[in-house]
Amino acid sequence: MRLELKEITKRFPGVLANDRISISVDRGEVLGLLGENGAGKTTLMNILSGIYRPDAGEILIGGTVRNFHDPHQAIDAGIGMVHQHFQLVPVFDVVESVALGAETVTGWLGTFGRAAARRRVVELSEQHGLDVDPDAKIEDLPVGVRQRVEILKALYRKSDILVLDEPSAVLTPAETHDLFKIIRGLTAGGTSVIFITHKLGEVLEVADRITVLRRGAVAGTVKPADTSREELANLMVGRDVDLLVSKGPAKPAGVVLSVKDVQVMNDRLQMAVKGVSLEVRAGEIVAVAGVHGNGQTELVEAIVGLRTIDSGEIVIGGENVVHASPRRVADLGVAHIPEDRMRDGLIAGMTVEENYILDSYHRAPYSSRGWLHAQEVAAAAAQGVRDYHIQTPSIDTIASSLSGGNQQKVVVAREFSRRVKLVVAAQPTRGLDVGSIEYIHTRLVEQRDAGAAILIVSTELDEVLAVADRIAVMFDGRIAGILEGASATREAVGILMGGGE
Amino acid sequence: MTVWRRTILPALMPVLAVFTAFVVGSVFLFLTDIENLKHFPGDPVGTILAGLVNIGKAYSALVLGAFGVPAKLAAAMGSSDPKVIAGAIRPITETLVASSPLIFTGLAVAISFRTGVFNIGVEGQFIMGALGATVAVLALPDLPKPLLLILAVVIGTLSGALWGFIPGFLKARTGAHEVITTIMLNYVAAQVVLFGLRSDFLKPAGSSTPISKVLSTIVRVPLIFQLPAIRLHYGIVVALIMAVLVSWFMFKTTKGFELRAAGFSLMAARYAGMSAGGSIMLAMALSGGLAGLGGTLEVLGTVGQMSNDLSSGFGFNAIALALLAGNRPGGVVAAALLFGALRTGGGLMQVKTGIPLDLLFFVQALVIMFVAAPALIRSIYRIKVYSADGVTPQ
Repeated sequence: MRLELKEITKRFPGVLANDRISISVDRGEVLGLLGENGAGKTTLMNILSGIYRPDAGEILIGGTVRNFHDPHQAIDAGIGMVHQHFQLVPVFDVVESVALGAETVTGWLGTFGRAAARRRVVELSEQHGLDVDPDAKIEDLPVGVRQRVEILKALYRKSDILVLDEPSAVLTPAETHDLFKIIRGLTAGGTSVIFITHKLGEVLEVADRITVLRRGAVAGTVKPADTSREELANLMVGRDVDLLVSKGPAKPAGVVLSVKDVQVMNDRLQMAVKGVSLEVRAGEIVAVAGVHGNGQTELVEAIVGLRTIDSGEIVIGGENVVHASPRRVADLGVAHIPEDRMRDGLIAGMTVEENYILDSYHRAPYSSRGWLHAQEVAAAAAQGVRDYHIQTPSIDTIASSLSGGNQQKVVVAREFSRRVKLVVAAQPTRGLDVGSIEYIHTRLVEQRDAGAAILIVSTELDEVLAVADRIAVMFDGRIAGILEGASATREAVGILMGGGE
Repeated sequence: MTVWRRTILPALMPVLAVFTAFVVGSVFLFLTDIENLKHFPGDPVGTILAGLVNIGKAYSALVLGAFGVPAKLAAAMGSSDPKVIAGAIRPITETLVASSPLIFTGLAVAISFRTGVFNIGVEGQFIMGALGATVAVLALPDLPKPLLLILAVVIGTLSGALWGFIPGFLKARTGAHEVITTIMLNYVAAQVVLFGLRSDFLKPAGSSTPISKVLSTIVRVPLIFQLPAIRLHYGIVVALIMAVLVSWFMFKTTKGFELRAAGFSLMAARYAGMSAGGSIMLAMALSGGLAGLGGTLEVLGTVGQMSNDLSSGFGFNAIALALLAGNRPGGVVAAALLFGALRTGGGLMQVKTGIPLDLLFFVQALVIMFVAAPALIRSIYRIKVYSADGVTPQ
């Protein structure tokens, strides 16, 4: 079914979230919707799925104007959303999950018509090549399969316009490849797909047409064949972007971080890191690549002193830190950019200024003898805001009201405000727009060239390949292989990420 | 701008909540005034007018009872008769007397809430402080008075601090939930006090009621005014100083910074290298210490005798009070004055209009309800608040 959004405008107080946006997707076509955070993608999709109503503009499906007052009407009109964060009940099985909310009931007792539902699920999954065990419990399924369940859910509701929001964020390269095959299968059957992403490579690979949004408006619509990654990035950001991090060759010096045969348990007392050995030298960037959940989080927490290790040895700058507190580790000159900055890196309810001194408030010049020095704190924070181009109304602004990129910059500014010997950065650019990613990468290379050892944990292949001097791929709690950054290929890393040989 | 954001804006919601509570209270007053309502079928307009007059009378009695009669105050200005002066200022001093324990307990709750620890045990810490002070006074009655007073205050404060530290320690070391342990320790404290008051050491010879020997003949917190039947002592001054100190501590010291950080996010505080357990224990000890100091000044200043009903729910009212105050020290003082005024003014209102004191508890409960339901107040007064992203209305 052809879908057309015409001149959609949505205004929030102080923000023009969608400014006369027009997009269209034909029957059997894949439209890539590309844009940075805050470009208006989410607002537009919320309008399409009936959560918001547009101030102006109209939605046409198959040529007729449709107005959605609530999400049910959008679903009835054939629009299926697959959200980035899956909306599945862990203890349900696949059939129950797919049918939830659209159950057919049988008999006067109104019991769930499971047999019929199961038949349809099997039918749909065979028809579209969605390989799913209909009786498996959601909690037992890997992420990639859960996504297929989400897609099945949409198909079960007879959606012929499928919207996928950042679908590859949680997938391995191989799973992403499978997803693309599924998408092609769907479009061959006449389904229209809107593929929302910020990854340039994927959109070039899978989309038939690409619409780029920037600051609430359409920046351009292009065909993949006629464009390049550079052009797309420029459209997204509105200026020339250096996609390749410009950096000279690494000049590795002495070992700063040495991890030997380390085993670490996760919160559920399962062995998450099963004997990892790794060295990071001053002046080099080592990236730990891998799909999320293969022990990287636990490894990082062990290094920075937040998690006790079960066996092995961690040495930072010559000091054994196996039993060191997080503060002791920080005092050794370790900067830590945590994975979940909203939860761990920042205190959302505190001001930019307070967050800027969060891990050095107890040192001169910010305080002496237990008293905070308001002027020095304010001066340092103001300096950090200037140096790192943090966009905030003032240093008194509550951190939670900053954009994701600016929050990340606060963390980076704070961590780099000290003398740094080792940087441990987990997903340093997760959720950031192209401009901010470029900025953070530049800063990391800057620290490297200043003689710091850098350890990056990332699930983004692009990032790993762009910045790393050496790449250690983690799979199932072990290092599956270490590659030289300069010669590593996407395929080689991808295979190791999937645990393959 | 800063003044607006820091002072006016946070006060807006509580003030509106109080106002709304009084309006709803008025409706309740009107509906329960059966005598007046009987005339409604025949003379609705007159009934409503009479109702309004009655409500006005009740609330004016409340205000006069809490703050004094202007005419009397004016007369007292030119008078040198201590009885006239005392009569004029008694309502306001009684309001302050009723407020000062609430300031202590309110600050105690606020400091723990700010740290993200829910100290429900302020009541127990308050009476343990008072008990500690009582024991100190009766153990060393022959010490020089100023020294004895200081010693009693120190011991009372430490007793409360210890009683707060125990659940803090349990939480930090074993993860025992402080809500449960503090509530249980309230019961323990009540029984310890009762046990103490049955001992010959504390109770007057031959007495069987759980009331201690009179302490005020040995030592007492000095009175501010030497006037007949004016009970106002320097405890209120200490309370106000404490409010300033707590504010300083929380916002100007590194320890205060740690406590607030822990209160917002224990995880982030840990990541920043702070000791979460240390913050919890410190906050609980400080909280208990403030409550204990409040109890000490109550027993040595206002009451002059330890009894098992020394606290009329100061520790529990403090939870509501801290909520109303947004856990800000300045707000605690304001809210404590409001609660103190309601308590004191309610007496006169009851005498003059026959409206039971319970109405004020009703109003007090409504205040808390409205504070706890900010969305309700916002929708009544059509206040728009936008969340962090500037997009989603909250």
